[in-house]
Amino acid sequence: MNEGVLHTLVAFGILVVLLTIAAGLIWLERRLLALWQDRYGPNRVGPFGLFQVMADMIKIFFKEDWIPGFADKKVFVIAPAMLVITILMSFAIVPFTPEIMVVDLNIGILFFLAMSSLGAYSVVLGGWSSNNKYSLLGAIRGAAQMISYEVFMGMSLMGVVIMAGSLNMTDIVIAQKKMWFIIPQFIGFVIFFIGGVAEAHRLPFDIVEAESELIAGYHSEYSGLKFGLFFVGEYLGITLISALITTLFFGGWLGFGFLPPVFWFLLKTFAFIMVFILLRAALPRPRYDQLMSLGWKILLPLSLLNLLVTGAIVLYFQ
Amino acid sequence: MFSNLRSLWIVFLHLFRKRETVEYPEEKTELPARWRGRIVLTRDPDYEERCVGCYLCAAACPVDCISLQATEDENGRRYPEFFRINFSRCIFCGYCEEACPTYAIQLIPDFEMAEYDRQNLVYEKEDLLIEGQGKYHGYNFYKEAGVDFGVKKKGEGENENKPVDVRKLMP
Ligand code: SF4
Ligand code: SF4
Repeated sequence: MNEGVLHTLVAFGILVVLLTIAAGLIWLERRLLALWQDRYGPNRVGPFGLFQVMADMIKIFFKEDWIPGFADKKVFVIAPAMLVITILMSFAIVPFTPEIMVVDLNIGILFFLAMSSLGAYSVVLGGWSSNNKYSLLGAIRGAAQMISYEVFMGMSLMGVVIMAGSLNMTDIVIAQKKMWFIIPQFIGFVIFFIGGVAEAHRLPFDIVEAESELIAGYHSEYSGLKFGLFFVGEYLGITLISALITTLFFGGWLGFGFLPPVFWFLLKTFAFIMVFILLRAALPRPRYDQLMSLGWKILLPLSLLNLLVTGAIVLYFQ
Repeated sequence: MFSNLRSLWIVFLHLFRKRETVEYPEEKTELPARWRGRIVLTRDPDYEERCVGCYLCAAACPVDCISLQATEDENGRRYPEFFRINFSRCIFCGYCEEACPTYAIQLIPDFEMAEYDRQNLVYEKEDLLIEGQGKYHGYNFYKEAGVDFGVKKKGEGENENKPVDVRKLMP
């Protein structure tokens, strides 16, 4: 088998595994939320309720795929696909192990940041094309939230980049051989985590959707498969942010010898996915202006300071 | 900030708590005796129907789901010719039980009445009428009431005085 075919197979395998994980997360989230609320969660369909996912899929496939008459049809159809595509594209740069990855871009982190900016379009266009005031409100909030949180999410990563001396994800992981970046870059980690939750618009930063205020925000008008895409996109987003945290701060595939590297990667990623779900179970949603002032008044200065101090220290020791 | 971390931790600890869920079909909860569930029509201690067809339950029902027709037997005792409750409309409020003067209609602790066909939720008298006295034992309306309908003679009821002969002088 030549290089090219193998590479295509690996990329395809990653795609399949990711989509399976994203779908499985629907079940995991429901189970975990239930456990944290002293319930059991879905446990009837198949062993431990695992086939619940399939039942949900069948349900979503057979739902009427309805486009409201007042919507802007083309944009309405493109928006959900855009979300999933941008997130899947970001996964291209994630090194699961040195062998299992799609591309080894030397601008890895930049590529991720670019893709996550594009992801904001999905929310905005989805809300805009629905032609519904609640959707539009959700989209406006989404635009403001994602743009402002992206700023310092990028900033907080620069500390890591300075320490590793490269934007390439593989290099960053290898630079963590001696010490995971979580220790020197703790502030960066906290800021990236908060920004990541906001990027994935998960609770507590789900003011884009905010069921209690905006019905479902930007995807109020979506149904059937298109809603399913938004739904899967959300879980892919969680997986992406978790995978990136693992790669950038927790040494990616590095671990102790007795397990294969890819296993270490998955283990760490799942730990963070669970933290995401725990956040949803425990924390209330902040007000919109609180979110904004937290971002611009606290997190942005903090990330700049982190960048400054990291840069100074690295320069001093050179 | 710290209160947020604290609530995260507390919520996490709920992982190890006892579950609140009752896994229903395998495990059943104990329903209290006065739980308002399926409606039954009961009989008195002499195994006669308690219902006297007074329509009070049908009048009290807020959703108008009781329908009945009163008739009389050879002694003049009233009973319902048909008695129909549409459980797809019943809200299990218990007003019918409160309105009933004879303890005939009663709500019992049973809720497992699901049906595939909505029409099957319309219960007729033979579905409603049970063999026993339900929640109130030993009560017989005709033993208390004054009129002779073949249950007791005049003046023989419980807590009833002998009839006074109005033509006699002596008390
Ligand atoms: S319980 Fe309430 S709704 Fe049901 S039959 Fe009696 S009065 Fe009507
Ligand atoms: S069930 Fe009770 S209230 Fe209803 S008609 Fe019969 S006696 Fe009257």
